[in-house]
Amino acid sequence: MIIRRGETLLAKAALVIGGGIAGIQSALDLADQGFKVYLVEKNPSIGGKMAQLDKTFPTLDCAACIMTPKMVDAGRHPNIELLAYSEVHDVKRDGDVFKVNIVRKPRYVDETKCTGCGVCAQHCPVEAPNEFDEMLGLRKAIYVPFPQAVPLIYTIDKESCIDCGLCEKVCQTKAVDRQQQPREVEVEVGAIIVSTGFDLFDAREKEEYGYGIYPNVITGLTLERLLSASGPTGGHIVRPSDGKIPRSVSFVQCVGSRDERSGNLYCSRVCCMYATKEAILLKEHVPEIDETIFYMDIRAYGKGFEEFYQRAKQEFGINYIRGRVAEITEDPRTQNLLLIVENTETGEILEHEADMVVLSTGFVAPRDEGLAKMLPVPVGDDGFLVASNLKTDPVTTEIEGVFIAGTVEGPKDIPDTVIQASAAAMKASSFLID
Amino acid sequence: MRGDLARDLEVREVQNLDLGFAEAVAKAGAEKVNLCIQCGACSASCPVGTRSALRTRQVIRRVQLGFRNEVLSHKSLWLCTTCSTCTQRCPRDVNPMETLISVRSLLVEEGYVPPTVRDALEGVFKYGNPWGISRSKRSDWAKDLKVKFVSEGEKTGLLYFVGCAASYDPRAQKVARALVTNLHASGTDFAVLGEKESCCGNEIYALGEKGLFGVLAEENLSLLDRYGVTEIVTTSPHCFNAFKNRYGRKNLAVRHYTQYLADLIDRGRLRFPKKVEKTVTFQDPCYLGKHNDVYDEPRKIIESIPGVRFLELPMSGKRSVCCEGGGGRMWVDVPGERASENRVKEAITMGAEIVAVACPFCLLTFEDAVKTTGNEGRIQVMDLNEIIAKAL
Repeated sequence: MIIRRGETLLAKAALVIGGGIAGIQSALDLADQGFKVYLVEKNPSIGGKMAQLDKTFPTLDCAACIMTPKMVDAGRHPNIELLAYSEVHDVKRDGDVFKVNIVRKPRYVDETKCTGCGVCAQHCPVEAPNEFDEMLGLRKAIYVPFPQAVPLIYTIDKESCIDCGLCEKVCQTKAVDRQQQPREVEVEVGAIIVSTGFDLFDAREKEEYGYGIYPNVITGLTLERLLSASGPTGGHIVRPSDGKIPRSVSFVQCVGSRDERSGNLYCSRVCCMYATKEAILLKEHVPEIDETIFYMDIRAYGKGFEEFYQRAKQEFGINYIRGRVAEITEDPRTQNLLLIVENTETGEILEHEADMVVLSTGFVAPRDEGLAKMLPVPVGDDGFLVASNLKTDPVTTEIEGVFIAGTVEGPKDIPDTVIQASAAAMKASSFLID
Repeated sequence: MRGDLARDLEVREVQNLDLGFAEAVAKAGAEKVNLCIQCGACSASCPVGTRSALRTRQVIRRVQLGFRNEVLSHKSLWLCTTCSTCTQRCPRDVNPMETLISVRSLLVEEGYVPPTVRDALEGVFKYGNPWGISRSKRSDWAKDLKVKFVSEGEKTGLLYFVGCAASYDPRAQKVARALVTNLHASGTDFAVLGEKESCCGNEIYALGEKGLFGVLAEENLSLLDRYGVTEIVTTSPHCFNAFKNRYGRKNLAVRHYTQYLADLIDRGRLRFPKKVEKTVTFQDPCYLGKHNDVYDEPRKIIESIPGVRFLELPMSGKRSVCCEGGGGRMWVDVPGERASENRVKEAITMGAEIVAVACPFCLLTFEDAVKTTGNEGRIQVMDLNEIIAKAL
């Protein structure tokens, strides 16, 4: 859409693709300046990976407490049109604007009628693993991914739904529409910000760590959900095999990062700090817990990071041992895990036993490259999108009017993501006024 | 690492350092030795290192630092089985296994070789096999079998490369005989090289005698050319690896017998009329699995034998544990428990009646392990060929 007053063109709208913390920040910055923004998110709610986190390093701010207000702002900003549960299907350049085709996937719930009351979910008889809780907890077949979802609109997961029609019967506003079809929306924008984020490395690829084989080997993001008061265990730390409180936990660093075998040569930049953070949080939940972080190098490069790392060691008594874990096996009787690792500071080979193991999985570029081809923004060897100039033009791409923000450009933490998102909004704004 | 390095520097005189040592090792075949970031994944993934003085990471560090004398005098270098687990897990793709082989090659060059290894190398040099047995006895295993030998002027087609263990070792000979039975049962036409066959050299390379390896490769390749061989099947994964990855000849159609037989089963040419009602587990040979990514075919064979109940060992496939027969370890004895002993115990605990193997070295080390753990009569070690022959 192009904003006009009479015959006078005032400003073009912007499109932000991906509603994680980067996309939300870019959208808010543009909208606050008065520009119209379409914010497209493929999942039922905006929030992205940050919404799944318990607390954030190095300040231990509650992620939801600093994230939710921004989500709500984006959801009700008069200049932001939120297109959640939608995907960009086609982008065509037409002069100095882009014509964008967006498909609104059917929620089988009318967005204009649903009030988010949740009566449908109370009656829904089907339970499915909850993606937001990394498959630990359950949700209904008609669901919102988490209570603070924006927009707070229910979605039917047709894969699990048994079409019993109960939700339709109990809905007071007649919002359930089980015949809903995908709907196409055409918008015209002057600039596009790509903020589609990252995927986590699939730890099953490193079979030596037994992820997916041994129930007590989990990933860092799963631990975030266990730590979270709104998570599947209400913040109680239990291990998956038997629901017991783990008395010893080991972290394995660089799983899928700095690893030629996985094809990922880069450092994921957040794992040293998130493991440190999770170890501290675990200690706060279970004070007598014994924790060891096995690492190749500790990269504590950001503001407050080194201090955070030193605190973890000195104040919280977390052990750091330098050595890349070679293998994890399970004691079938106890389902405890045995980590085989060389302590490279002593040359000793350790067989370190732990009740639970947390794999610090790194970032990978999303496997779907369709969007990059459509725009078409260059993709680097590592799968992440490439900026015009890493140093002097870090949010601009080779394609005029297309900008990148956040982890779609490469692994980064939340502060760097937000900085890049604001920068992308600034750069994009100059394409919105003639 | 700092403590380690500081200690090293304290106890050594700096003038003893050989600053060109890392380059010499790199030239010998370990090109990436200087890229090592000392994470220790190699040391800890080593099936021998966890029970001995071999610390692969430390060897690499000392190579980088130029501690030539210390590295070359370290007896544990001969413990490496070249199972390649370290190489599979090295995050910098340094290839620690190849680094150890390169250091061995410097030792061989200078003549610092344990007597048993020297004997094996001499045996290969003189008689074409590491046991030093006469060439004239190389085809004794096939005496009463109708096995065709290659002949000049006649195109061979499929060559069965028997290998040294299956040619000379009385136990492994039975595997060769079983394979012949199986190939005949499927109506496959093939020939063997007989006395002309020389050691494939895989273990010779692994022991660092790369010069001798080169001679063996040339001999064997020229035989293939002379007899018009278009396709090879091997008993041993070690021979398979040498032909496939070390001879430097592209388009050589070489297959391990598990691949060949699995294909025959697929095409309906190998059928099993009899049942083998046994609980079977399988030891992945390193040179078949980790080195060459062949995991499915042996399992396919086991599962297609009627009556067999198949159980995976707790560590199998890519996570399998070496039997400690490779890398020249058939000629380097190490006191104490071998990994194969633990594997045998695991197999018995699981309730397996047969440990199936697909490599002559696994066969011999496992049979030894059954005896040394006092489990004779409780579990059988059989090559897949022998199990197949029972079902025919």
